[in-house]
Amino acid sequence: MLPSTFEYVAPTSLDEAVQALAAGAGDAKIMAGGQSLLPMMKLRLASPGTIIDLNGIAGLDTLEEADGMLRIGALVRHSDLEKSELVAERYPIIHDAALHVADPLIRNRGTFCGSLAHGDPAGDWATVAATLGAELHAVGPNGAVVHSAHDFQTSMFETQLGMDQILVEARIPAPKASQGSAYLKVERKVGDYAAAAVGVMVVLDGSTITEASIGLTNVGPLTIHAADAAASLIGKSIDDAAALEEAGRLAAEVSEPSSDLRGPEEYKRDLVRVLTKRALRTAGARAQGKEA
Amino acid sequence: MSDKVVVTTTVNGEECEAMVEPRTLLVHMIRESLHLTGTHIGCDTTSCGACTVLLDGKPVKSCTVLAVQANGREVLTVEGLEAADGLSPVQEGFKEEHGLHCGYCTPGMMMTVTALLEENPHPSEDEIRKAISGNLCRCTGYVNIIKAVHYAARKREGAAA
Repeated sequence: MLPSTFEYVAPTSLDEAVQALAAGAGDAKIMAGGQSLLPMMKLRLASPGTIIDLNGIAGLDTLEEADGMLRIGALVRHSDLEKSELVAERYPIIHDAALHVADPLIRNRGTFCGSLAHGDPAGDWATVAATLGAELHAVGPNGAVVHSAHDFQTSMFETQLGMDQILVEARIPAPKASQGSAYLKVERKVGDYAAAAVGVMVVLDGSTITEASIGLTNVGPLTIHAADAAASLIGKSIDDAAALEEAGRLAAEVSEPSSDLRGPEEYKRDLVRVLTKRALRTAGARAQGKEA
Repeated sequence: MSDKVVVTTTVNGEECEAMVEPRTLLVHMIRESLHLTGTHIGCDTTSCGACTVLLDGKPVKSCTVLAVQANGREVLTVEGLEAADGLSPVQEGFKEEHGLHCGYCTPGMMMTVTALLEENPHPSEDEIRKAISGNLCRCTGYVNIIKAVHYAARKREGAAA
């Protein structure tokens, strides 16, 4: 299967890429890893007239912590995140998710930012980015634009990214003292979408939860922010089993799964309840330094 | 119709040049322009891993990389595994442990495993299973494939000693 014909542009600077995107007048697409875009082009679900390949632009593969933020450049592959010691140690939710994005071969090509810009409603990274409060830095003809990961995705394959903007970097606030996070995903097989997945982040003072954030993947039209579930935890102890159970119940309540090959609605809803509880326990243990 | 472009790639250690359309996939350039047909096309939908090659040392699905994206880069295909002194440890392992039934997934499997052993010379069974989780064997011959990887790991260690 071949994609439709297109013009291939390989800029060596972001400025050139922005110009090429503007010249494409809505018919150009940015390619980083291409692991979602190319399959769509082969199936003719997408037939852009121009492909602008970011791979020749130096400096987009930044993966580092600087000025209190983790910077993930547009060419940072899923496998870079999976193998990064910094990420495993300080951002365990990212490490957890990286191990379950697609399969190991796709992870060597596909990128974190590309996945967000692609806007697959069932994407794991949208949940992770929102749960960690990521800033998404883009550039366009009028300069830099910052989007919030929380409301970045607007509908299926639609995001706030303008047609003339390129997502160049995600910035994630560095963890506070006693912060823990986790991502738990149930999938039928490697490379499948989640039957359900839950991302959580908690900040503790001793054992008391002072901040919490919970995101749900593929149990609704888009990533769901389980705000009530997260709010219910504030002031509670991470060791309070009833509080975690209640958060799980509230998360399940706000989920909107549909029955499909991955299971009936009731099953998925209960998965959300159980995964939320478990993810909170794991994140809590990590916040207390009990688990690497 | 887009004009053809020249792609210069180092394939199995040799510099190769091909004229391809921008939409040409790497696997097609390898098979049809360079006539290296050891790399198989399986699902063509980024699912099966039969077309796995190493791009700058990393295993990728060559049906989901544009040929132009390999310009100036190094590609290793199954034809490049054999050394002057015979089969590579991975190839020998697949032969000795019968790590194949029909053989269709074998080139891709061997490329993924070659990269795994470079990164992790002594993988556990669990690590092997995870590493090959993007390569499907529809004969389901995974048990012998895992044995083949262990064989190759031992063989490499012996060769290094």
